Amino acid sequence: MLEARAISCVKGDRLLFEDFNLQLQRGEICQVHGGNGAGKTSLLRILCGLSLPDSGEVFWNGSSIRQDPGHLHCDLAYIGHSCGLKMDLTASENLAFSLTMQSASASASIDKAIARVGLSGSEDLLCRLLSAGQRRRVAIARLYLTRAPLWVLDEPLGAIDADGVQDIETTLDAHLAENGMVILTSHQPIHLEPTAVRAVHLRN
Amino acid sequence: MPGLATALLALIRRDARLVARHSSEVAHPVMFFVIVVALFPFGVGSDPVLLRTIGPGIIWVGALLATLLALDALFRSDFDDGTLEQMALSGHPLAVLILGKVFVHWCATGLPLLVATPLLGLFLGMSGELQLTLLAALALGTPTLSLIGSVGTALTVGIRRSGLLLTLLVLPLYVPVLIFGASVVLAADAGLPTAGHFYILGAMMVLALALAPLAASAALRISLN
Repeated sequence: MLEARAISCVKGDRLLFEDFNLQLQRGEICQVHGGNGAGKTSLLRILCGLSLPDSGEVFWNGSSIRQDPGHLHCDLAYIGHSCGLKMDLTASENLAFSLTMQSASASASIDKAIARVGLSGSEDLLCRLLSAGQRRRVAIARLYLTRAPLWVLDEPLGAIDADGVQDIETTLDAHLAENGMVILTSHQPIHLEPTAVRAVHLRN
Repeated sequence: MPGLATALLALIRRDARLVARHSSEVAHPVMFFVIVVALFPFGVGSDPVLLRTIGPGIIWVGALLATLLALDALFRSDFDDGTLEQMALSGHPLAVLILGKVFVHWCATGLPLLVATPLLGLFLGMSGELQLTLLAALALGTPTLSLIGSVGTALTVGIRRSGLLLTLLVLPLYVPVLIFGASVVLAADAGLPTAGHFYILGAMMVLALALAPLAASAALRISLN
């Protein structure tokens, strides 16, 4: 279970949010809403331990991630604002690298993951030559390779076409059905079949 | 931790592959090194005695500046494209991964300096024996420079145009390496024992090897924050 207790975040001299509480149980999905600059990315970075909150604390399965970040990071798949891809590596090289880097075990082969995101045939192109949407798809393909229960996704649908969005929604459904948990930001609504998407609002 | 060795190997392989795909960029520091050293005889005159005296110093300063020039590339692209975040979240100790990155970075930027040194020693009229001493000193010193530099780079990677700040941060720490590295050759030239110099250079490298990755990992987490 991911739990945020009374966290606050200050950027420069601006208070983005304070006394923010969140509990995410297995099988739950939570979508963070808010305008540009409301602090969505900052919130996600705090929840996965990349940034420290100005006050409050985040807990993963009961232990504070400030004290024991490794505990969370073994169970985490994070897709950030930047895709986390090397432009001078091919899609499959990038995925092979993230597969070896993660401490959680793999759940599918790289070829399968590339096929799932519809990039078969482009796996040997340098990522530099792919379009923004295709790069996003390569980043998404990481989700097919991981067994991590917690997915933290920052704008996973950005630059993705309608078919791709539907595909990602199916993937999220499958992940939730396997007792996974997802927290994501997106400006577009997400339609999931059995699970209700919890909404969290950050106000400017 | 299971998989740490595999992850480290994968990182080294990935960085080596990226270096191979950027081979022209990687050649910049060593070109800079050769040009700087080769220009000196034009500036100070071609008196062989003078060149022999200042030669080791010139080569060391050249190597130091070339290392400094190459430092920014150590974490910059990983920071910009988000792969550094992925590494920080991989669950592996960041210090170990940094050690792997510094290793590849040194192989790409420090090792070519060593390869070019005999040629430059010839330019400056150094004897074969002195060249060997210089090479050994550089082999101990340039990894130290890369390791110390990794801490400065990790601290400044979040800042655009951080070159000057980086220089100010790491230069004071570079000076001891420069002093002992250059003076070992002068001592050898004067027929004095050099073991003490080498011990100190070795000690500095071991110290940097043990402490720099830890400091750099803490600094990177601050930069990512």
